[in-house]
Amino acid sequence: MNTAPLENVPLDLSIEIGSLHLKNPVLAASGTFGYGREFAKVMDLSRLGGIVTKAITLEPRLGNPTPRIVETASGMLNSIGLANVGVAAFARDKMPFLRSCGTAVIVNVAGRSMDEYVEVVRRLSDCPGIHALEINISCPNVQEGGLAFGADPKVAAAVIGAVRSVTRLPVIAKLTPNVTDIVRIAEAVQEAGADAVSLINTLVGMAIDVVRRRPELGGVTGGLSGPAIKPVALAMVWKAAQAVRIPVIGMGGIMNAGDALEFMLAGAVAVQVGTANFVDPTSTIRIVEGLEDTLRERGMGSVKEIIGALEV
Amino acid sequence: MIDTKTTILHQEQIAPQIFRLRLLSPRIAREARPGQFVHLRIREGTDPLLRRPFSIHRVNRERGEVQVLYQVVGQGTRLLSRKPVGERLDVLGPLGHRFEVSEEGGGVLLVAGGIGIAPLVFLCEDLLRGHAVTALIGARSRDGILCHDSLRSGGVTVHIATDDGSLGHRGLVTDLLNAQLEAGREAVYACGPVAMLRTVSALCRAHRISCQISLESRMACGLGACLGCAVKVRSSVPPGYEYKRVCKEGPVFDAEEVIFDENLLSGH
Repeated sequence: MNTAPLENVPLDLSIEIGSLHLKNPVLAASGTFGYGREFAKVMDLSRLGGIVTKAITLEPRLGNPTPRIVETASGMLNSIGLANVGVAAFARDKMPFLRSCGTAVIVNVAGRSMDEYVEVVRRLSDCPGIHALEINISCPNVQEGGLAFGADPKVAAAVIGAVRSVTRLPVIAKLTPNVTDIVRIAEAVQEAGADAVSLINTLVGMAIDVVRRRPELGGVTGGLSGPAIKPVALAMVWKAAQAVRIPVIGMGGIMNAGDALEFMLAGAVAVQVGTANFVDPTSTIRIVEGLEDTLRERGMGSVKEIIGALEV
Repeated sequence: MIDTKTTILHQEQIAPQIFRLRLLSPRIAREARPGQFVHLRIREGTDPLLRRPFSIHRVNRERGEVQVLYQVVGQGTRLLSRKPVGERLDVLGPLGHRFEVSEEGGGVLLVAGGIGIAPLVFLCEDLLRGHAVTALIGARSRDGILCHDSLRSGGVTVHIATDDGSLGHRGLVTDLLNAQLEAGREAVYACGPVAMLRTVSALCRAHRISCQISLESRMACGLGACLGCAVKVRSSVPPGYEYKRVCKEGPVFDAEEVIFDENLLSGH
């Protein structure tokens, strides 16, 4: 291993996910980055590999009762409930800014029914400037749809197959960890035509105020994210990456470049950064810089050399 | 990219569980307006993980100083209270929507419950330029009555209420409110426990006096992205309500729009 700094070696951080080209493998995760604009004040968005938007549904949604978040040990629970502006307002009001960011725009799609997923995907496919779609079959915080679509291999495959047939955009299936075997779901959506899988969404969790004998969240249960879930996420990404041919996008508690490297060694071609954006809004940029430093220090020309390089 | 690093200039305990923190941040001192807040990262590491929001208590623009007045309520604030002078802190801000102050010079009323006095002192500096200011300050006991001396010396008429009667009126600060509102006020500004804000809002509505309240909420990003700090407000379209973000549209809200339901009362 060459540990001397090689300042002159051109670094290649780019990766491909099907027809989706990313300038680097660091994406901002859905639900933690709004529609991009909120973070433009504190960072240069064009340095990101991409932005995954807040989940978009057919109609606007108000979201869940409050309180919606609570901090837990090295993590947080959220019960936002897919609050969003709806696909029409998204395309009209949010896309112009996203289009101008100079980074890949991946739109997260959610629905109560198969028809809703299909209709949202159909409408987004007509909207210029979108590079890929992430199909959210894993939200733990809604009564209908969400996790229910991602917990059964047949249902997951049906949703992915249905949206696959109405769009040319790359389709990424976002998977839930709240299942017996995430590999079976990953394999099912691969067969249904997904171009990639992203995992993991949040783990169902709960916190209780013992004095008032009430749940801490208005939604009673919520989704656990942050460093607390990283080991679980890493194991699932590793298992999925071994089992499927399509690219795996890893996420779950990534706070720094070292965490990102762990996911990439386990087989993730790209990573998503979520809760870390709340702690330090420039986390994504720090991780890109950290990956660059690692490549330089190790004398590697391409980030692709890291992907799946775990020795077991 | 904005610089978010600040240095602790001074920290002192001024009452049981109450601390005053002075930070060096010329940019925040210059840009901050009354009602806005700063979002502090208490420490590196993952526990506590999230930042903590604090309303801006005062600024000194000449010295580039920002003051935060806070109460130790949990792990994050306990760690903050032990921070030594000279330590660097990562601070986002100023964030959020300010108190609106009218140009007309009528009499205005401040209502503070406990640590809720914090943002009202900053507001007072603006108000005193053209308004006669009366402040109603309440707390459990005299130890919790904060800033009354400095407000008085600044020209504010101060009335105090304590639950145990150890200073001023024995009872709730809102007991003092009706008499003040009947005397007529141009505007009321309030910050404190949600139950207090609910009473203040109801009385202001009954007297048809405009009222702005500053709300607290658990908060993650502070930038308007995560929707975690949502508060339910009235809406003219079905179902008759919507959610606004404490970090963005707030923390200052028109009292008329806020829905004081069980969720709001229990969440704070």
